Amino acid sequence: MAPHDLRRPFKRPAISDQQRRRDLSLLRQKQNRLDAQRRARCLASSVLSFQSEPKPPSQEQSHFELELELEIEPDAEEHQGPATTYDVRQASKLRGTEARRWFAKQLMLPEWMIDVPPNLNTDWYVFARPAGKRCFVVSSNGTTVSRLRNGILLHRFPSALPNGARINNVSRSSQSYCILDCIFHEPDQTYYVIDMVCWAGFSLYECTAEFRFFWLNSKLVEVGVCDTPSTFHKYRFATVPVYNCDQEGLQTAYIGPVPYIKDGLLFYNKHAHYETGNTPLALVWKDENCSEYVIDTDSKGQVPNQQQLVLELQDDGRLATSDDPSVIFGWLNEDFIQKTGLHAGNLLRFAVNDGGLSFVDGKLEKADLQYLGQSNRARAFADSYSKVMFQYIVRHSPLKIEHLFASIGPLGDGDIASHDVEMAA
Amino acid sequence: MAMEVTQVLLNAQSVDSTVRKHAEESLRQFQEQNLSVFLLSLSGELAGEDKPVDSRKLAGLILKNALDAKEQHRKYELVQRWLTLDMGVKTQIKACLLQTLSSPVHDARSTASQVIAKVAAIELPQKQWPELIGSLLSNIHQVPAHVKQATLETLGYLCEEVSPDVVDQDQVNKILTAVVQGMNANEVNNDVRLAATRALYNALGFSHANFSNDMERDYIMRVVCEATLCPDVKIRQAAFECLVSIASTYYEKLAPYIQDIFNITAKAVREDEEPVALQAIELWSSICDEEIDILEEYGGDFTADSDVPCYYFIKQALPALVPMLLETLLKQEEDQDLDEGAWNLAMAGGTCLGLVARTVGDDIVPLVMPFIEENITKPDWRQREAATYAFGSILEGPSPDKLTSIVNVALNFMLTALTNDPNSHVKDTTAWTLGRIFEFLHGSTVETPIITPANCQQIVTVLLQSMNDAPNVAEKACGALYFLVQGYEDIGSTSPITPYFQEIVKSLLHVTDREDAGESRLRTAAYETLNEVVRCSTDETASMVLQLVPIIMTKLHQTLEAEKLSSDGREKQNELQGLLCGCLQVITQKLGASEPAKYAFMQFADQIMNLFLRVFACRSATVHEEAMLAIGAVAHATGPDFAKYMPELYKYLEMGLQNFEEYQVCAVTVGVVGDICRALDDKVLPYCDGIMTQLLKDLSSNQLHRSVKPPIFSCFGDIALAIGENFEKYLMYAMPMLQSAAELSAHTSGADDEMIEYTNLLRNGILEAYSGIFQGFKNSPKTQLLIPYAPHILQFLDSIYMEKDMDDVVMKTAIGVLGDLADTLGSNAGSLIQQSLSCKDFLNECLSSDDHLIKESAEWAKMAIARAISV
Repeated sequence: MAPHDLRRPFKRPAISDQQRRRDLSLLRQKQNRLDAQRRARCLASSVLSFQSEPKPPSQEQSHFELELELEIEPDAEEHQGPATTYDVRQASKLRGTEARRWFAKQLMLPEWMIDVPPNLNTDWYVFARPAGKRCFVVSSNGTTVSRLRNGILLHRFPSALPNGARINNVSRSSQSYCILDCIFHEPDQTYYVIDMVCWAGFSLYECTAEFRFFWLNSKLVEVGVCDTPSTFHKYRFATVPVYNCDQEGLQTAYIGPVPYIKDGLLFYNKHAHYETGNTPLALVWKDENCSEYVIDTDSKGQVPNQQQLVLELQDDGRLATSDDPSVIFGWLNEDFIQKTGLHAGNLLRFAVNDGGLSFVDGKLEKADLQYLGQSNRARAFADSYSKVMFQYIVRHSPLKIEHLFASIGPLGDGDIASHDVEMAA
Repeated sequence: MAMEVTQVLLNAQSVDSTVRKHAEESLRQFQEQNLSVFLLSLSGELAGEDKPVDSRKLAGLILKNALDAKEQHRKYELVQRWLTLDMGVKTQIKACLLQTLSSPVHDARSTASQVIAKVAAIELPQKQWPELIGSLLSNIHQVPAHVKQATLETLGYLCEEVSPDVVDQDQVNKILTAVVQGMNANEVNNDVRLAATRALYNALGFSHANFSNDMERDYIMRVVCEATLCPDVKIRQAAFECLVSIASTYYEKLAPYIQDIFNITAKAVREDEEPVALQAIELWSSICDEEIDILEEYGGDFTADSDVPCYYFIKQALPALVPMLLETLLKQEEDQDLDEGAWNLAMAGGTCLGLVARTVGDDIVPLVMPFIEENITKPDWRQREAATYAFGSILEGPSPDKLTSIVNVALNFMLTALTNDPNSHVKDTTAWTLGRIFEFLHGSTVETPIITPANCQQIVTVLLQSMNDAPNVAEKACGALYFLVQGYEDIGSTSPITPYFQEIVKSLLHVTDREDAGESRLRTAAYETLNEVVRCSTDETASMVLQLVPIIMTKLHQTLEAEKLSSDGREKQNELQGLLCGCLQVITQKLGASEPAKYAFMQFADQIMNLFLRVFACRSATVHEEAMLAIGAVAHATGPDFAKYMPELYKYLEMGLQNFEEYQVCAVTVGVVGDICRALDDKVLPYCDGIMTQLLKDLSSNQLHRSVKPPIFSCFGDIALAIGENFEKYLMYAMPMLQSAAELSAHTSGADDEMIEYTNLLRNGILEAYSGIFQGFKNSPKTQLLIPYAPHILQFLDSIYMEKDMDDVVMKTAIGVLGDLADTLGSNAGSLIQQSLSCKDFLNECLSSDDHLIKESAEWAKMAIARAISV
């Protein structure tokens, strides 16, 4: 039992550099493993499929001639080629027409609110829609791209989104892309994020709105996307305050101040997944108090005397909405089609004549339409049934905010009543 | 044969190596032929009063080595061997040992003491040899002092070897009584008193009950304190050692004695001989250690619960303690900085002062500043050095608010002193103090910067100049530069170091080439600083870091060209190769993380790999490890192209995985296998049979250090993720291994903190393996192969959840596994998942966690489960 050594480290750094090298290597390996794990998990759920039927413009003529065959074998369309499945990541690399086609089909399009859904106060969120261009913002491969509803490129810019800018210090996996559903608000040059579809390669398509909104709010703040723009982050992003659609929430969304110009209210069902295309689980509603654009305007910004609508001409001459299944508003006879040189797939503009739309048991029975011509080339879709209907009722017997409040339940206190007075004034 | 033993034992200590080797061989044969007789003859030899002392000593030593070994596996074998030995033989051996305690020959007694303790360490936990302690205690009352001395020494060794929980309190009481009586001032024989004092040191760990009893504790403390005043210096020193141990083991019991302790230690520090004075200082250092731990646990929140409250002994003693420590600083030895093993009053005092500063923070500053101001400009170098050392010592602990203004004034003075002071000792301490300033008061977390555009150039210039000074001064200057650049670690894209980057790198390389760079760790310090310079560099200087690659490669190449080295030269070569591989590793990791620089760097990949492979051929553990670490970094940077190095590298991977003795090497290799899997993906497949075989062997070995096992499990996951369903053929081996490890690690009841920490590491490894396997099989037609394992895995998740002792890392991995299982097995596991606790309570707990990684995994698991049960 010799005396015990009591020397302590003297004038020495406590940690050896060798240990530091080991620790840093372990840290890097841990991070790499985490990345690999995330990648495995993300890829597993980010595969989106869609029927690809690329029809380059040059083939459009011949397409018409195929009509006969198609009629003989109605399923032919499905057999035309194997279903092409694009991973979102692959899709983000698509260019030109292909990219437009792909992105045009990926947005969730709210139906217009033509009647109040049940359980509005328990199952729905409400928020004030920013006025502006609805678009997808996609970050991947060190750059960020925004695409409008019709797939056309809006901006290409660096952003603080994962993999949204080439920042050399950060090595990111190529699979770490993001897709945000946004509205670009011109006056303050800000992307208002209204939904999140993919985050850091993590697909949210199959998640409820409740989860997507939670994720959106926590993740955007985490990476600093909402910070002031800088060299590597050209545009500001902002979230939109989302409320439960109870008396208070609806009122706040309707009259509460927001930093952007309002364009109506959006209602999202809490339990709904992100569905591409038209969905009744997301709804848009407007009146003059919360939107400058309640009644559709024409290309000169004027409200036309008659309601206009855009319908798609089908193979058999029928005029359909963009819904799935579509709603048929009428048909063009073959002579007329021949004479005007129209063919299936064309988007046609009509005016609603004095005869209006007539309904039997809530179903459209007759529409008095007048052909105006082909629609603007930039349009990708016909109008949806709900859009036409909303426009129609706005001109005749609008669905008012009072109806919405009334559906939520009895008024709790005098607030709403006095609010009503204000609005009337 | 027995007749010859004496001579053989003597021959085994012969100066003639032929005789010695022959004797050693005979002993070995004897042991192999008949172990019982061998051990019996040795014990007989040790007990034989007619035998020469040298043969008796060696006999005892061989006996001792037959009972214990450092290496755990060997130790276990020896214990088992002794336990299976014939009872009669053992009884005879033990009788001889006890008998030897009465021998008039000191060395024989002392050797026997140690052997008895080794036997006790094996037998007492087995409830064997119950009469041992009784018979030792009866010896205490024997008249001859030497018997008493040997018995006390034996009790001391026994307490050192045996775990406290195998001795019942009644016997502990008797041992303590005997020991403390032996220490008492009434004991006239100093040998007895010294043996008793040293025995108490080991017995303190047995004395928890006695220290909780006021009367017994008072008595022990009185006797220990009295012993610190004993005329015999060895007894005073041993008594202070007891006090040091008491201060850390029974901190919460010190309050009534602290005033006396201070008086005793102050006297010892000022007046006693150095070994005693050093112990006295160590006592205060130990109290600092305790209070720093407690205050850290408080975390600044004084209402927080802590097992032990802080008594603020240091704060109370401060006005007297600090002057006492400052006095010691003036007692430096000439050239202490050149002696690696030096430890003197000034060094111990300064170290203690540093601990005091960490304990009390701001309060120390006004007590030390007058000493610094008074001495720092004195003509006597001792005074200047002491003042500087005092300043450097108090830089950690006080708040930056308190220190910044002082440091701003001092900085210029220090820079001048480092350049102009005629004394090398002063310069050494000055450079060290500058390093401390940069370490604690410079960096992104410090509000008021010490280093500004105005003084940065001057600081760099002075430090680089100092690198041409004496090796010990240059080494400290490198250290200061290390912390200077570290302060700019997360500076962003523009670093204030950039303008000096080239010059700094040049100077550091120059230092590594100095003739005397082998002294004072200088070369190592220069490379370590170069590493930190690289780590903290920005993109602005990426091209200069790239230029370093061929330079370091050339140096590494040169070490490989050296021929016919002496063993000393070989050691130096290995050390240098380690430093150079380490440097290349740091550079690879840095440049590999930056896309543009990576491509430029990759042009060197072939050459670098070639060098590493040649380094492996040198086969030294540390070099092996450094080169391996570096290879991991290259694999990560290279990606799938790394496949071309695999044919040559493979055998070294295998060698690394087989290195049980240097477990760090094995651990590093396991990590690198993971890197390679991620780099190569399914191209790693051809090597997997060999790797998996080796990993499975490693897991089954009880020779391999346990810390390597968790990473091996994680590595299973890496492999599975890389090769996907090809992992099928390993399932039948890996899964049972995982399953039994999971069962072992499910419950921790009764384990201590360290064991719980290890268990969590193990759980994490197991879970990462499951994660990788599930994800690897995802979307494969062979998914159903995993279904049989699902119930057990879910049960494992449930049981670790119930155990309530997993850490955040395990929680994140565990909830991820739940998701992976649901994701891969889908509806096949839907009902199983729904029955588990994990998918409800555990998942909910994770969903509401504050840790965003846990939350992220949980959200993902929630989604995967929703899909699995909705189909």
